[in-house]
Amino acid sequence: MNTSVGSERVQIRITVNEQVHEREVEARQLLVDLLRETLGLTGTHIGCDTSYCGACTVLLNGQPVKSCTLFAFQAHEADVKTVEGLSHNGDMHPLQKAFVQCHGLQCGYCTPGVLMSSYALLSKNKRPTDDQIRKALAGNTCRCTGYQNIFKAVRSAADTLAAGKQ
Amino acid sequence: MYPAAFRYYRAATLEEATSILSQAGDEARPLAGGQSLIPLMKLRFARPALLVDLNSIPGLSSIKSEQGVVRIGALTRHAQLAESELSQLIPILHDCAAGIADAQVRSRGTIGGSLAEADPSGDWAPVMLALSAEVRTQNSKQERTIALADFFKDAYTTGLANGELVREVAVKVPAKNSGGAYIAFKRCASVYASASAAVQLTMADRSTCEQAHIYLGCVGLVPVHATAAEAELRGRELTKERISAAAEAAMEAAAPQPDMRGSAEYKKVLVKHVVKKGLEVSLLRSRGEQVEVSHEYVGRI
Repeated sequence: MNTSVGSERVQIRITVNEQVHEREVEARQLLVDLLRETLGLTGTHIGCDTSYCGACTVLLNGQPVKSCTLFAFQAHEADVKTVEGLSHNGDMHPLQKAFVQCHGLQCGYCTPGVLMSSYALLSKNKRPTDDQIRKALAGNTCRCTGYQNIFKAVRSAADTLAAGKQ
Repeated sequence: MYPAAFRYYRAATLEEATSILSQAGDEARPLAGGQSLIPLMKLRFARPALLVDLNSIPGLSSIKSEQGVVRIGALTRHAQLAESELSQLIPILHDCAAGIADAQVRSRGTIGGSLAEADPSGDWAPVMLALSAEVRTQNSKQERTIALADFFKDAYTTGLANGELVREVAVKVPAKNSGGAYIAFKRCASVYASASAAVQLTMADRSTCEQAHIYLGCVGLVPVHATAAEAELRGRELTKERISAAAEAAMEAAAPQPDMRGSAEYKKVLVKHVVKKGLEVSLLRSRGEQVEVSHEYVGRI
């Protein structure tokens, strides 16, 4: 075949938490590795690394995605939001505060992914039903099985935000 | 886990993608949503030398409705379909699109990728078969239309030629007296179903069935067409007993393999359940009733 087609290295330009990055990356580099290894944003965790657990969830143009199942080049010209992008001037996002108040985490490993799935839900649905919250979190596995408190935290944050208290 | 190194090419047009793919042959793979291909590459079950990215090609992710036919672009994401007006018009599409895997996978996975991959447990194949859909394909020389019934040849094998790509899926809008449903049972959100059934009923009157289409997923190398179950219903009054008899007949048609999702016997029982529920929901919908269903799993039934 024509070996001149394509390249093992790709020039990309991505915006992560409102900061623009231009990099030449290996075509095979995964988005999660770009975030963690290249950009030093280690808040995004690698859990199962097989597209199952959701620990690596970030937002790509506002949509929740598993960053272990996306090549870095797929975020070219896109907006990425990671858990580091939730707080504002050192003040935690209402979702993060609700996780503290409701004891929504135990070991904390799944938490960044859970927060990003929750954030994606609340960004497009200000008043989610209990069922919609559960469905939005269905792709996030917590091996401490703290699902009840995770649910309570998201419910609480949704109610707080809907009431305009924050 | 890193995939083996590969060369990357971002195609600007479908013609360019098909031309490069046909020249490269087996060494190259097209990249749509990547939700099956990327995990396979990470495990190095797939090691393409060249990845041709279809995502920058314009016009491949639109949903258009013209003269009673809906045309869904191959790169339309499951989430986009679930949120589209179309899924109000054809509820079986919503049942499927809104329940595939989880929100993260639905953000990326595409309908064209799902059909072209032809995974025996894929959700779209039985649904599109029940709707008698067609795929419109393109290679570097020509376009063609393939009835979905002729598209699936074997597990992971379709009638697509070297370099040929699915461009869109075309579905006729079912008549007003028609109702359908897709019921899939899975162990948890993120996995493929253990058994599924796509049902589309067209009714002669409130309770008499004129035409039935029933396809089963996950219980054969390609979707199983449950013809004996359809025959139980056609021209008959859909009583409780009739629906149960059709579900029994569908169970007999299923040929599941035992695997980590369960034994063959267990999957057959699941088939009976999903077909029965699919028929009940389809019947209600054929009468204009709103019924919300989606994939079922433990803790969410």
